[in-house]
Amino acid sequence: MRKGSVLSAFFGVMRRDALSLWRRRADALNPIWFAAIVITLFPLALGPEAAKLARIAGGVIWVIVLLASLLSLDALFRADLEEGSLDLMLTSAQPLAVLAAAKILLHWLATGLPLVAITPIAATALGLSPKALPVLLTSLALGTPIISVIGACAAALTAGLRRAGMLLSLIVLPLVVPVLIFGAGAVEASLTGTSTTQPMLLLAAGLVASIALGPLVCAAALRLGNH
Amino acid sequence: MPDSLDDSGPMLAARGLAMVRQGEPIFGPLDLELRAGEVLLIEGGNGSGKTTLLRVLAGLLAPSEGRIERAGVESEDLIAPLGFLSHALGLRADLSPLEQLDFFACLHGLRPGISAMAALKSVGLEGFERMPVRRLSAGQRKRCALAGLLHTANTLWLLDEPYANLDRDGQILVDRLLEAHIARGGAALITSHGLIEPQVSRVRRMRMEMVDA
Repeated sequence: MRKGSVLSAFFGVMRRDALSLWRRRADALNPIWFAAIVITLFPLALGPEAAKLARIAGGVIWVIVLLASLLSLDALFRADLEEGSLDLMLTSAQPLAVLAAAKILLHWLATGLPLVAITPIAATALGLSPKALPVLLTSLALGTPIISVIGACAAALTAGLRRAGMLLSLIVLPLVVPVLIFGAGAVEASLTGTSTTQPMLLLAAGLVASIALGPLVCAAALRLGNH
Repeated sequence: MPDSLDDSGPMLAARGLAMVRQGEPIFGPLDLELRAGEVLLIEGGNGSGKTTLLRVLAGLLAPSEGRIERAGVESEDLIAPLGFLSHALGLRADLSPLEQLDFFACLHGLRPGISAMAALKSVGLEGFERMPVRRLSAGQRKRCALAGLLHTANTLWLLDEPYANLDRDGQILVDRLLEAHIARGGAALITSHGLIEPQVSRVRRMRMEMVDA
């Protein structure tokens, strides 16, 4: 791969961010710890009645995954802005949207994917019916990248602000509510035996749209913030 | 379209460039031209708008007035690629100089004939190649960013205060990098607050004054 090509820039950004994440892996694991802790708190707070837990397990896991994904968003572009490497990206010949896409993909690989990976354990802990697990996993696999994309756009807008965490949540949460509704709705549908096709297709459509448009919006937001 | 290697046209030109922020004039209007094989030194005191001018020329900020041409073509998108050095050096604290240079090369392309190790050696960072940037001194970080310029393929350099934070050897190093760069047919626009005299063969100077509001 020739250095200075679009592909090398894409993987260069991913490799650099992966390296710095790896060197701060204790921080990088925060969302996963958060999710694990909240999941163990639910049975303690609601009592050991298995049927009650099982009924709400799908929705609970969706909410926890959503909130955990937000934890690591705040810092997504802050380092680039503060250390000046955003300037180096903007003064390169590479389209900023491609570089933003690399950052979004890495955010999902480092946060969304591990959260999906621990979901079977969480689902077992909360007593979710095994027949709903594939639907839960599929809906999370489709939904978490959308959360990463929407979150990255908001993080790009707020990167230049101090203490942007609250503002970030205020921007992101209303936008990801549909993802939550269709994701948790699909799990609910599989439990009641109705068709899950419709919410799944809507999630898939949302994923396709956010992959196509997200990096462009994110790049525009970054340019705006850098001005 | 003019050939970018053509010696007759300027590599970078600005006409009537001015910046006003929230009603306050920052600089300009001013004209400037930068040709291949020369260093343009922009002198001015603190607050004279040097850094803002550099960011406008790099395409990072939109000017309030005027236009910028790269190799005779006017377009916002054509300003990049260029080698840009600002006070924020673009280094990530957790990465080593070697990894940092690899990242620069991925974005800006490799300059043929000089490896990352050789670039770091020539800026005096031999032995620090694998140490996290966090543990380097301010001067060493600056040297690392300079190695990035040396390692990547850009022919146009915009450097904000390249001499700042460097010791005497470091300042000679900047002169050496600039001299080699213009000898290759590159061009550099550098800013200075006037304390250090660049020892480079082809320097043109431009003075920026504070704009009265």
